[in-house]
Amino acid sequence: MFRWLDHGKIERNLILLGVLTLITVSIGGLVQIIPLFAVETTIERVEGVRPYTPLELAGRNIYVREGCYVCHSQMVRPFRDELERYGHYSLAAESMYDRPFQWGSKRTGPDLARVGGRYSDDWHAEHLRNPRAVVPESVMPPYAFLDRPLDYTDIAEHLRAQRRLGVPYTDEMIANARADLEAQARPDADASGFQSRYASARQAAFDGDPGRITEMDALIAYLQMLGTLVQFRDVTPEQLRQQ
Amino acid sequence: MPTKIEKDQITGTETTGHEWDGIKELNTPLPRWWLMVFYATIAFALLWMILYPSLPIPGATGLTGWIAREAVTGDMQAHQARLEPMMARLRAATPEQIAADPELRAFALAGGRAAFANTCAGCHGAGGQGAPGGFPSLADDDWLWGGSLDAIRTTIAHGIRTPEDEEARQSQMPRFLADGMLTAAQVNDVAEHVLSLSGRATDEAAAARGAAVFAENCASCHGERGEGNRELGAPRLSDHVWLYGGDKASIVRSISYARSGVMPAWQGRLDPAVINMLTVYVHALGGGE
Repeated sequence: MFRWLDHGKIERNLILLGVLTLITVSIGGLVQIIPLFAVETTIERVEGVRPYTPLELAGRNIYVREGCYVCHSQMVRPFRDELERYGHYSLAAESMYDRPFQWGSKRTGPDLARVGGRYSDDWHAEHLRNPRAVVPESVMPPYAFLDRPLDYTDIAEHLRAQRRLGVPYTDEMIANARADLEAQARPDADASGFQSRYASARQAAFDGDPGRITEMDALIAYLQMLGTLVQFRDVTPEQLRQQ
Repeated sequence: MPTKIEKDQITGTETTGHEWDGIKELNTPLPRWWLMVFYATIAFALLWMILYPSLPIPGATGLTGWIAREAVTGDMQAHQARLEPMMARLRAATPEQIAADPELRAFALAGGRAAFANTCAGCHGAGGQGAPGGFPSLADDDWLWGGSLDAIRTTIAHGIRTPEDEEARQSQMPRFLADGMLTAAQVNDVAEHVLSLSGRATDEAAAARGAAVFAENCASCHGERGEGNRELGAPRLSDHVWLYGGDKASIVRSISYARSGVMPAWQGRLDPAVINMLTVYVHALGGGE
Protein backbone atom coordinates (compact mmCIF):
# COMPACT_ATOMS: atom_id res chain seq x y z
CA MET A 1 0.00 0.00 0.00
CA PHE A 2 1.15 3.59 -0.73
CA ARG A 3 4.17 2.29 -2.64
CA TRP A 4 4.34 5.57 -4.54
CA LEU A 5 4.78 7.42 -1.25
CA ASP A 6 8.05 5.65 -0.59
CA HIS A 7 10.00 7.90 1.77
CA GLY A 8 13.23 7.10 -0.01
CA LYS A 9 11.82 8.58 -3.21
CA ILE A 10 10.48 11.68 -1.40
CA GLU A 11 13.70 12.34 0.44
CA ARG A 12 15.66 12.24 -2.76
CA ASN A 13 13.39 14.79 -4.51
CA LEU A 14 13.85 18.22 -2.95
CA ILE A 15 10.85 19.80 -4.67
CA LEU A 16 8.49 16.94 -3.83
CA LEU A 17 9.71 16.97 -0.22
CA GLY A 18 9.18 20.74 -0.04
CA VAL A 19 5.69 20.59 -1.49
CA LEU A 20 4.58 17.73 0.75
CA THR A 21 6.04 19.43 3.84
CA LEU A 22 4.18 22.62 2.96
CA ILE A 23 0.91 20.73 2.59
CA THR A 24 1.35 18.93 5.92
CA VAL A 25 2.24 22.10 7.83
CA SER A 26 -0.62 24.00 6.18
CA ILE A 27 -3.15 21.45 7.36
CA GLY A 28 -1.89 21.79 10.92
CA GLY A 29 -2.00 25.56 10.65
CA LEU A 30 -5.44 25.72 9.09
CA VAL A 31 -6.91 23.45 11.74
CA GLN A 32 -5.81 25.99 14.33
CA ILE A 33 -6.45 29.19 12.41
CA ILE A 34 -9.81 28.62 10.67
CA PRO A 35 -11.83 28.19 13.90
CA LEU A 36 -10.67 31.66 14.97
CA PHE A 37 -12.67 33.20 12.14
CA ALA A 38 -15.78 31.60 13.57
CA VAL A 39 -15.04 32.45 17.21
CA GLU A 40 -17.56 35.31 17.31
CA THR A 41 -20.34 32.88 16.52
CA THR A 42 -19.57 30.81 19.60
CA ILE A 43 -20.18 33.66 22.05
CA GLU A 44 -23.68 33.40 23.48
CA ARG A 45 -25.88 36.50 23.58
CA VAL A 46 -26.31 36.56 27.34
CA GLU A 47 -26.43 39.66 29.49
CA GLY A 48 -24.40 40.63 32.53
CA VAL A 49 -20.83 39.87 31.52
CA ARG A 50 -18.66 42.91 32.20
CA PRO A 51 -14.90 43.53 32.25
CA TYR A 52 -13.15 42.82 35.55
CA THR A 53 -12.99 45.63 38.09
CA PRO A 54 -9.45 46.85 38.79
CA LEU A 55 -9.37 44.94 42.11
CA GLU A 56 -10.64 41.76 40.45
CA LEU A 57 -8.10 42.17 37.66
CA ALA A 58 -5.33 42.52 40.24
CA GLY A 59 -6.65 39.39 41.93
CA ARG A 60 -6.73 37.60 38.62
CA ASN A 61 -3.09 38.53 38.05
CA ILE A 62 -2.27 36.97 41.43
CA TYR A 63 -4.29 33.88 40.44
CA VAL A 64 -2.11 33.59 37.33
CA ARG A 65 1.12 34.45 39.17
CA GLU A 66 0.56 31.77 41.81
CA GLY A 67 -0.33 29.20 39.16
CA CYS A 68 -3.79 28.45 40.58
CA TYR A 69 -4.77 27.20 37.11
CA VAL A 70 -2.32 24.33 37.51
CA CYS A 71 -4.64 22.64 40.02
CA HIS A 72 -7.98 24.41 39.43
CA SER A 73 -9.92 24.52 36.19
CA GLN A 74 -12.49 27.19 35.38
CA MET A 75 -14.64 25.23 33.00
CA VAL A 76 -17.82 23.42 33.93
CA ARG A 77 -18.15 20.90 31.13
CA PRO A 78 -21.56 19.90 29.76
CA PHE A 79 -21.91 16.64 31.69
CA ARG A 80 -24.61 15.86 34.21
CA ASP A 81 -22.20 15.07 37.05
CA GLU A 82 -20.51 18.45 36.60
CA LEU A 83 -23.79 20.35 36.37
CA GLU A 84 -25.02 18.69 39.55
CA ARG A 85 -21.87 19.62 41.41
CA TYR A 86 -20.92 23.04 40.07
CA GLY A 87 -23.98 24.49 38.39
CA HIS A 88 -24.68 25.59 34.82
CA TYR A 89 -22.03 24.65 32.25
CA SER A 90 -19.57 27.40 31.39
CA LEU A 91 -20.40 29.69 28.50
CA ALA A 92 -17.98 31.15 25.99
CA ALA A 93 -19.46 34.55 26.87
CA GLU A 94 -18.33 34.16 30.46
CA SER A 95 -14.68 34.15 29.49
CA MET A 96 -14.86 36.61 26.62
CA TYR A 97 -12.89 39.17 28.66
CA ASP A 98 -10.35 36.63 29.89
CA ARG A 99 -6.94 37.28 28.42
CA PRO A 100 -5.55 34.73 28.75
CA PHE A 101 -8.40 32.39 29.66
CA GLN A 102 -8.10 30.31 32.83
CA TRP A 103 -9.99 27.20 31.71
CA GLY A 104 -7.14 24.97 32.83
CA SER A 105 -6.90 21.29 32.12
CA LYS A 106 -6.17 19.72 35.50
CA ARG A 107 -8.32 19.34 38.58
CA THR A 108 -6.30 18.54 41.63
CA GLY A 109 -8.67 20.90 43.41
CA PRO A 110 -12.26 21.57 42.42
CA ASP A 111 -13.38 23.62 39.45
CA LEU A 112 -13.65 27.32 40.32
CA ALA A 113 -15.76 28.59 37.41
CA ARG A 114 -18.76 29.04 39.77
CA VAL A 115 -17.06 29.41 43.14
CA GLY A 116 -18.29 33.00 43.55
CA GLY A 117 -20.67 33.38 46.49
CA ARG A 118 -20.45 29.75 47.54
CA TYR A 119 -18.39 30.62 50.61
CA SER A 120 -18.08 33.70 52.80
CA ASP A 121 -15.16 36.11 52.45
CA ASP A 122 -13.98 34.99 55.90
CA TRP A 123 -13.92 31.41 54.71
CA HIS A 124 -11.77 32.32 51.71
CA ALA A 125 -9.31 34.29 53.84
CA GLU A 126 -9.07 31.48 56.38
CA HIS A 127 -8.82 28.86 53.66
CA LEU A 128 -6.11 30.69 51.72
CA ARG A 129 -4.06 31.25 54.87
CA ASN A 130 -4.33 27.64 55.96
CA PRO A 131 -6.50 25.36 53.81
CA ARG A 132 -6.49 22.54 56.35
CA ALA A 133 -7.94 24.78 59.04
CA VAL A 134 -11.31 24.56 57.31
CA VAL A 135 -10.95 21.54 55.00
CA PRO A 136 -8.86 18.93 56.86
CA GLU A 137 -8.57 16.66 53.82
CA SER A 138 -7.27 19.44 51.54
CA VAL A 139 -3.87 19.12 49.84
CA MET A 140 -3.70 22.78 48.83
CA PRO A 141 -0.58 24.70 49.90
CA PRO A 142 -1.09 27.65 52.28
CA TYR A 143 -1.00 31.18 50.86
CA ALA A 144 -0.75 33.14 54.11
CA PHE A 145 1.83 35.44 52.54
CA LEU A 146 -0.95 37.03 50.46
CA ASP A 147 -1.70 39.14 53.55
CA ARG A 148 0.95 41.57 52.30
CA PRO A 149 0.02 44.95 50.74
CA LEU A 150 -1.11 44.88 47.15
CA ASP A 151 1.07 46.81 44.73
CA TYR A 152 -1.42 48.53 42.46
CA THR A 153 0.56 51.55 41.35
CA ASP A 154 0.39 50.34 37.74
CA ILE A 155 -3.20 49.07 37.74
CA ALA A 156 -4.28 51.60 35.07
CA GLU A 157 -1.59 50.19 32.78
CA HIS A 158 -3.03 46.71 33.26
CA LEU A 159 -6.44 47.98 32.18
CA ARG A 160 -4.85 49.69 29.20
CA ALA A 161 -3.05 46.51 28.18
CA GLN A 162 -6.31 44.57 28.43
CA ARG A 163 -8.02 47.19 26.28
CA ARG A 164 -5.37 46.78 23.63
CA LEU A 165 -6.22 43.08 23.60
CA GLY A 166 -9.88 43.86 23.02
CA VAL A 167 -11.47 44.25 26.47
CA PRO A 168 -13.85 47.25 26.33
CA TYR A 169 -12.39 49.34 29.15
CA THR A 170 -13.42 52.97 28.67
CA ASP A 171 -11.14 56.00 29.14
CA GLU A 172 -13.13 56.76 32.26
CA MET A 173 -12.48 53.29 33.68
CA ILE A 174 -8.75 53.63 33.04
CA ALA A 175 -8.61 57.13 34.49
CA ASN A 176 -10.38 55.96 37.67
CA ALA A 177 -8.65 52.60 37.95
CA ARG A 178 -6.79 53.35 41.17
CA ALA A 179 -9.76 55.04 42.85
CA ASP A 180 -12.06 52.19 41.82
CA LEU A 181 -9.66 49.61 43.17
CA GLU A 182 -9.52 51.38 46.53
CA ALA A 183 -13.27 51.94 46.63
CA GLN A 184 -14.04 48.25 46.13
CA ALA A 185 -11.75 47.14 48.95
CA ARG A 186 -13.19 49.66 51.44
CA PRO A 187 -16.83 48.99 52.23
CA ASP A 188 -17.49 52.44 53.70
CA ALA A 189 -15.88 54.37 50.84
CA ASP A 190 -18.09 56.44 48.53
CA ALA A 191 -18.37 54.27 45.47
CA SER A 192 -21.14 55.73 43.36
CA GLY A 193 -18.74 56.19 40.43
CA PHE A 194 -17.35 52.72 40.88
CA GLN A 195 -20.83 51.17 41.00
CA SER A 196 -21.89 52.98 37.83
CA ARG A 197 -18.82 51.74 35.97
CA TYR A 198 -18.97 48.14 37.13
CA ALA A 199 -22.51 46.88 37.53
CA SER A 200 -23.12 44.27 40.24
CA ALA A 201 -19.59 44.53 41.62
CA ARG A 202 -19.48 43.99 45.37
CA GLN A 203 -17.67 46.27 47.80
CA ALA A 204 -16.23 44.64 50.90
CA ALA A 205 -13.25 44.30 53.20
CA PHE A 206 -12.58 40.97 51.57
CA ASP A 207 -9.78 39.90 53.92
CA GLY A 208 -11.64 41.19 56.99
CA ASP A 209 -9.46 44.29 57.42
CA PRO A 210 -10.82 47.42 55.73
CA GLY A 211 -7.70 49.38 56.76
CA ARG A 212 -5.31 48.08 54.16
CA ILE A 213 -5.53 46.65 50.67
CA THR A 214 -3.74 43.35 50.45
CA GLU A 215 -3.17 40.74 47.77
CA MET A 216 -5.65 38.65 49.77
CA ASP A 217 -8.31 41.35 49.17
CA ALA A 218 -7.70 41.24 45.43
CA LEU A 219 -7.68 37.46 45.11
CA ILE A 220 -10.87 37.03 47.18
CA ALA A 221 -12.62 39.77 45.21
CA TYR A 222 -11.76 37.87 42.05
CA LEU A 223 -12.83 34.48 43.40
CA GLN A 224 -16.10 35.85 44.75
CA MET A 225 -17.24 37.13 41.35
CA LEU A 226 -16.34 34.00 39.35
CA GLY A 227 -19.39 32.63 37.60
CA THR A 228 -21.80 35.14 39.13
CA LEU A 229 -22.22 37.59 36.25
CA VAL A 230 -24.79 35.70 34.18
CA GLN A 231 -28.15 35.23 35.90
CA PHE A 232 -29.07 31.82 34.56
CA ARG A 233 -32.59 32.02 35.91
CA ASP A 234 -33.35 34.74 33.33
CA VAL A 235 -31.49 33.17 30.41
CA THR A 236 -33.56 31.75 27.56
CA PRO A 237 -32.47 28.77 25.43
CA GLU A 238 -32.27 31.13 22.44
CA GLN A 239 -29.63 33.20 24.21
CA LEU A 240 -27.57 30.12 24.93
CA ARG A 241 -27.52 29.03 21.29
CA GLN A 242 -24.22 29.44 19.53
CA GLN A 243 -24.97 31.00 16.17
CA MET B 1 22.60 7.87 0.07
CA PRO B 2 22.06 4.18 0.54
CA THR B 3 24.78 2.51 -1.39
CA LYS B 4 24.64 -1.19 -0.73
CA ILE B 5 21.23 -2.65 -0.04
CA GLU B 6 21.74 -6.29 0.75
CA LYS B 7 19.79 -9.17 2.20
CA ASP B 8 20.60 -9.96 5.83
CA GLN B 9 21.58 -13.61 6.14
CA ILE B 10 20.01 -14.26 9.52
CA THR B 11 16.65 -12.47 9.34
CA GLY B 12 16.17 -12.52 5.62
CA THR B 13 15.23 -8.79 5.58
CA GLU B 14 16.88 -6.14 3.44
CA THR B 15 19.21 -3.59 5.04
CA THR B 16 18.74 0.15 4.56
CA GLY B 17 22.04 0.33 2.73
CA HIS B 18 23.60 2.56 5.36
CA GLU B 19 26.71 1.34 7.10
CA TRP B 20 28.53 2.78 10.09
CA ASP B 21 31.81 1.15 11.04
CA GLY B 22 30.55 -2.18 9.87
CA ILE B 23 27.19 -1.86 11.60
CA LYS B 24 24.27 -2.13 9.18
CA GLU B 25 20.65 -1.22 9.80
CA LEU B 26 17.83 -3.60 8.99
CA ASN B 27 14.95 -2.11 7.04
CA THR B 28 12.29 -4.09 8.92
CA PRO B 29 8.79 -3.11 7.77
CA LEU B 30 6.27 -2.01 10.43
CA PRO B 31 4.24 -4.93 11.77
CA ARG B 32 1.17 -5.36 9.67
CA TRP B 33 -1.22 -5.30 12.66
CA TRP B 34 0.32 -2.01 13.83
CA LEU B 35 -0.04 -0.43 10.43
CA MET B 36 -3.67 -1.58 10.17
CA VAL B 37 -4.49 -0.09 13.58
CA PHE B 38 -2.85 3.16 12.49
CA TYR B 39 -4.96 3.29 9.32
CA ALA B 40 -8.01 2.38 11.36
CA THR B 41 -7.46 5.39 13.63
CA ILE B 42 -7.35 7.65 10.57
CA ALA B 43 -10.57 6.11 9.29
CA PHE B 44 -12.11 6.54 12.75
CA ALA B 45 -11.16 10.22 12.79
CA LEU B 46 -12.75 10.79 9.39
CA LEU B 47 -15.89 8.93 10.42
CA TRP B 48 -16.04 11.00 13.62
CA MET B 49 -15.77 14.22 11.63
CA ILE B 50 -18.78 13.16 9.59
CA LEU B 51 -20.92 12.01 12.52
CA TYR B 52 -20.14 14.64 15.16
CA PRO B 53 -19.74 18.44 15.06
CA SER B 54 -16.10 19.07 14.22
CA LEU B 55 -15.90 21.60 11.40
CA PRO B 56 -15.68 25.29 12.29
CA ILE B 57 -18.73 26.18 10.25
CA PRO B 58 -21.40 28.17 12.12
CA GLY B 59 -24.34 25.94 12.91
CA ALA B 60 -22.62 22.82 11.61
CA THR B 61 -23.52 19.55 13.27
CA GLY B 62 -22.51 16.06 12.29
CA LEU B 63 -24.84 13.59 10.61
CA THR B 64 -26.04 12.45 14.04
CA GLY B 65 -27.15 15.98 14.92
CA TRP B 66 -25.59 15.48 18.36
CA ILE B 67 -24.68 18.66 20.29
CA ALA B 68 -23.03 18.36 23.69
CA ARG B 69 -25.13 21.10 25.30
CA GLU B 70 -28.42 19.71 24.08
CA ALA B 71 -27.34 16.23 25.14
CA VAL B 72 -26.58 17.35 28.68
CA THR B 73 -29.82 19.32 28.89
CA GLY B 74 -31.67 16.16 27.87
CA ASP B 75 -29.68 14.17 30.44
CA MET B 76 -30.61 16.60 33.18
CA GLN B 77 -34.27 16.58 32.21
CA ALA B 78 -34.41 12.79 32.07
CA HIS B 79 -32.73 12.57 35.46
CA GLN B 80 -35.01 15.17 36.99
CA ALA B 81 -38.05 13.42 35.57
CA ARG B 82 -36.90 10.21 37.22
CA LEU B 83 -36.49 11.96 40.56
CA GLU B 84 -39.52 14.20 40.25
CA PRO B 85 -42.16 12.00 41.93
CA MET B 86 -40.04 11.83 45.08
CA MET B 87 -38.79 15.42 44.82
CA ALA B 88 -42.37 16.67 44.51
CA ARG B 89 -43.26 14.90 47.75
CA LEU B 90 -40.15 16.29 49.46
CA ARG B 91 -40.99 19.76 48.22
CA ALA B 92 -44.58 19.61 49.42
CA ALA B 93 -43.82 18.12 52.83
CA THR B 94 -42.52 20.07 55.80
CA PRO B 95 -39.23 18.90 57.35
CA GLU B 96 -41.30 17.54 60.28
CA GLN B 97 -43.40 15.42 57.94
CA ILE B 98 -40.29 14.16 56.15
CA ALA B 99 -38.61 13.22 59.41
CA ALA B 100 -41.72 11.32 60.49
CA ASP B 101 -42.18 9.33 57.27
CA PRO B 102 -39.63 6.47 57.05
CA GLU B 103 -39.59 6.42 53.25
CA LEU B 104 -39.15 10.17 52.82
CA ARG B 105 -36.68 10.29 55.67
CA ALA B 106 -34.48 7.60 54.10
CA PHE B 107 -34.49 9.45 50.80
CA ALA B 108 -33.84 12.81 52.48
CA LEU B 109 -30.90 11.48 54.47
CA ALA B 110 -29.27 9.99 51.35
CA GLY B 111 -29.93 13.06 49.21
CA GLY B 112 -29.07 15.43 52.05
CA ARG B 113 -25.74 13.69 52.52
CA ALA B 114 -24.78 14.28 48.89
CA ALA B 115 -25.99 17.88 48.92
CA PHE B 116 -24.21 18.53 52.22
CA ALA B 117 -20.90 17.25 50.83
CA ASN B 118 -21.20 19.64 47.91
CA THR B 119 -22.69 22.76 49.48
CA CYS B 120 -21.98 22.73 53.21
CA ALA B 121 -18.87 20.63 53.89
CA GLY B 122 -16.47 23.36 52.77
CA CYS B 123 -17.18 25.39 55.89
CA HIS B 124 -18.90 22.97 58.27
CA GLY B 125 -16.65 19.98 57.55
CA ALA B 126 -17.37 16.65 55.89
CA GLY B 127 -19.20 15.33 58.96
CA GLY B 128 -20.57 18.69 60.11
CA GLN B 129 -17.86 18.92 62.74
CA GLY B 130 -17.14 22.59 61.94
CA ALA B 131 -13.78 24.31 62.07
CA PRO B 132 -12.17 26.86 64.38
CA GLY B 133 -12.44 30.47 63.30
CA GLY B 134 -16.19 30.86 62.94
CA PHE B 135 -17.42 27.70 61.25
CA PRO B 136 -19.82 26.14 63.75
CA SER B 137 -20.20 22.44 64.35
CA LEU B 138 -23.60 21.12 63.29
CA ALA B 139 -23.18 17.84 65.11
CA ASP B 140 -23.39 19.12 68.69
CA ASP B 141 -26.14 20.57 70.89
CA ASP B 142 -24.81 24.12 70.79
CA TRP B 143 -26.89 26.10 68.32
CA LEU B 144 -26.50 29.79 67.56
CA TRP B 145 -29.84 30.28 65.81
CA GLY B 146 -31.69 27.18 66.92
CA GLY B 147 -31.51 23.48 66.18
CA SER B 148 -35.13 22.64 65.50
CA LEU B 149 -36.07 21.49 62.01
CA ASP B 150 -37.80 24.79 61.43
CA ALA B 151 -34.87 26.90 62.60
CA ILE B 152 -32.38 24.87 60.55
CA ARG B 153 -34.52 25.24 57.46
CA THR B 154 -34.75 29.01 57.88
CA THR B 155 -30.98 29.29 58.29
CA ILE B 156 -30.26 27.20 55.20
CA ALA B 157 -32.83 28.95 53.04
CA HIS B 158 -32.09 32.55 54.03
CA GLY B 159 -28.52 32.42 55.30
CA ILE B 160 -26.91 34.48 58.00
CA ARG B 161 -26.18 38.18 57.45
CA THR B 162 -26.75 37.72 53.73
CA PRO B 163 -27.20 41.20 52.28
CA GLU B 164 -29.38 40.08 49.36
CA ASP B 165 -31.92 38.14 51.45
CA GLU B 166 -34.35 40.17 53.54
CA GLU B 167 -35.30 37.24 55.74
CA ALA B 168 -31.69 36.38 56.50
CA ARG B 169 -30.63 35.95 60.13
CA GLN B 170 -29.47 39.39 61.21
CA SER B 171 -27.63 40.73 64.22
CA GLN B 172 -24.58 42.85 64.74
CA MET B 173 -22.43 42.84 67.83
CA PRO B 174 -20.91 46.27 68.55
CA ARG B 175 -17.17 46.73 68.23
CA PHE B 176 -16.73 47.75 71.84
CA LEU B 177 -13.08 48.78 71.76
CA ALA B 178 -12.75 49.78 68.12
CA ASP B 179 -15.73 52.13 68.34
CA GLY B 180 -14.72 53.52 71.74
CA MET B 181 -17.67 52.11 73.70
CA LEU B 182 -15.38 50.51 76.26
CA THR B 183 -11.83 51.20 77.33
CA ALA B 184 -9.11 48.57 77.01
CA ALA B 185 -9.23 48.07 80.79
CA GLN B 186 -12.99 47.54 80.71
CA VAL B 187 -12.60 45.05 77.86
CA ASN B 188 -10.06 43.16 79.94
CA ASP B 189 -12.40 43.14 82.94
CA VAL B 190 -15.40 41.98 80.98
CA ALA B 191 -13.28 39.28 79.29
CA GLU B 192 -12.36 38.02 82.77
CA HIS B 193 -16.04 38.06 83.69
CA VAL B 194 -16.88 36.06 80.56
CA LEU B 195 -14.19 33.54 81.51
CA SER B 196 -15.68 33.35 85.00
CA LEU B 197 -19.04 32.32 83.49
CA SER B 198 -17.45 29.01 82.61
CA GLY B 199 -15.37 28.98 85.80
CA ARG B 200 -12.08 29.94 84.19
CA ALA B 201 -11.37 33.46 85.46
CA THR B 202 -7.70 34.16 86.11
CA ASP B 203 -8.24 37.43 87.95
CA GLU B 204 -11.21 37.38 90.31
CA ALA B 205 -11.04 41.11 91.06
CA ALA B 206 -11.14 42.00 87.37
CA ALA B 207 -13.98 39.52 86.85
CA ALA B 208 -15.96 41.21 89.62
CA ARG B 209 -15.38 44.63 88.05
CA GLY B 210 -16.35 43.20 84.68
CA ALA B 211 -19.69 41.94 85.97
CA ALA B 212 -21.12 45.45 86.02
CA VAL B 213 -19.81 46.20 82.52
CA PHE B 214 -21.26 42.91 81.32
CA ALA B 215 -24.68 43.61 82.81
CA GLU B 216 -24.79 46.97 81.13
CA ASN B 217 -23.39 46.11 77.70
CA CYS B 218 -23.59 42.39 77.06
CA ALA B 219 -26.44 40.91 79.05
CA SER B 220 -29.19 42.25 76.80
CA CYS B 221 -28.12 39.85 74.05
CA HIS B 222 -26.02 37.19 75.78
CA GLY B 223 -28.23 36.95 78.89
CA GLU B 224 -27.47 37.87 82.47
CA ARG B 225 -25.52 34.71 83.11
CA GLY B 226 -24.26 34.40 79.54
CA GLU B 227 -26.85 31.84 78.55
CA GLY B 228 -27.12 33.26 75.02
CA ASN B 229 -30.09 34.23 72.89
CA ARG B 230 -31.04 32.41 69.75
CA GLU B 231 -33.30 35.20 68.54
CA LEU B 232 -30.15 37.22 67.94
CA GLY B 233 -27.71 34.42 67.29
CA ALA B 234 -25.92 35.51 70.46
CA PRO B 235 -23.84 32.54 71.57
CA ARG B 236 -24.00 31.02 75.05
CA LEU B 237 -20.92 32.20 76.93
CA SER B 238 -21.25 29.92 79.95
CA ASP B 239 -20.24 26.70 78.20
CA HIS B 240 -16.99 25.42 76.76
CA VAL B 241 -17.98 25.64 73.09
CA TRP B 242 -16.30 28.61 71.43
CA LEU B 243 -16.78 29.56 67.82
CA TYR B 244 -13.77 31.88 67.65
CA GLY B 245 -11.67 30.40 70.44
CA GLY B 246 -12.25 30.47 74.20
CA ASP B 247 -8.85 31.63 75.36
CA LYS B 248 -8.64 35.11 76.82
CA ALA B 249 -6.90 36.67 73.82
CA SER B 250 -9.64 35.45 71.47
CA ILE B 251 -12.37 36.69 73.81
CA VAL B 252 -10.71 40.11 74.08
CA ARG B 253 -10.53 40.27 70.31
CA SER B 254 -14.20 39.27 69.98
CA ILE B 255 -15.26 42.01 72.40
CA SER B 256 -12.97 44.61 70.86
CA TYR B 257 -13.73 44.10 67.19
CA ALA B 258 -16.88 41.95 67.25
CA ARG B 259 -17.52 38.92 65.10
CA SER B 260 -20.13 38.49 62.44
CA GLY B 261 -20.03 35.26 60.55
CA VAL B 262 -21.74 35.02 57.20
CA MET B 263 -23.55 32.11 55.62
CA PRO B 264 -24.91 32.23 52.05
CA ALA B 265 -28.66 31.99 51.46
CA TRP B 266 -29.37 28.81 49.52
CA GLN B 267 -32.95 29.57 48.53
CA GLY B 268 -32.98 30.15 44.80
CA ARG B 269 -29.76 28.22 44.30
CA LEU B 270 -31.08 24.90 45.58
CA ASP B 271 -34.38 23.21 44.89
CA PRO B 272 -36.72 23.59 47.91
CA ALA B 273 -36.76 19.79 48.06
CA VAL B 274 -32.97 19.81 48.46
CA ILE B 275 -33.24 22.42 51.24
CA ASN B 276 -35.73 20.14 52.99
CA MET B 277 -33.41 17.17 52.56
CA LEU B 278 -30.48 19.17 53.96
CA THR B 279 -32.61 20.26 56.90
CA VAL B 280 -33.46 16.69 57.82
CA TYR B 281 -29.86 15.57 57.26
CA VAL B 282 -28.33 18.34 59.41
CA HIS B 283 -30.95 17.74 62.09
CA ALA B 284 -29.91 14.08 62.13
CA LEU B 285 -26.18 14.81 62.47
CA GLY B 286 -26.47 14.62 66.22
CA GLY B 287 -27.64 17.94 67.57
CA GLY B 288 -31.18 18.18 66.24
CA GLU B 289 -33.78 19.37 68.70
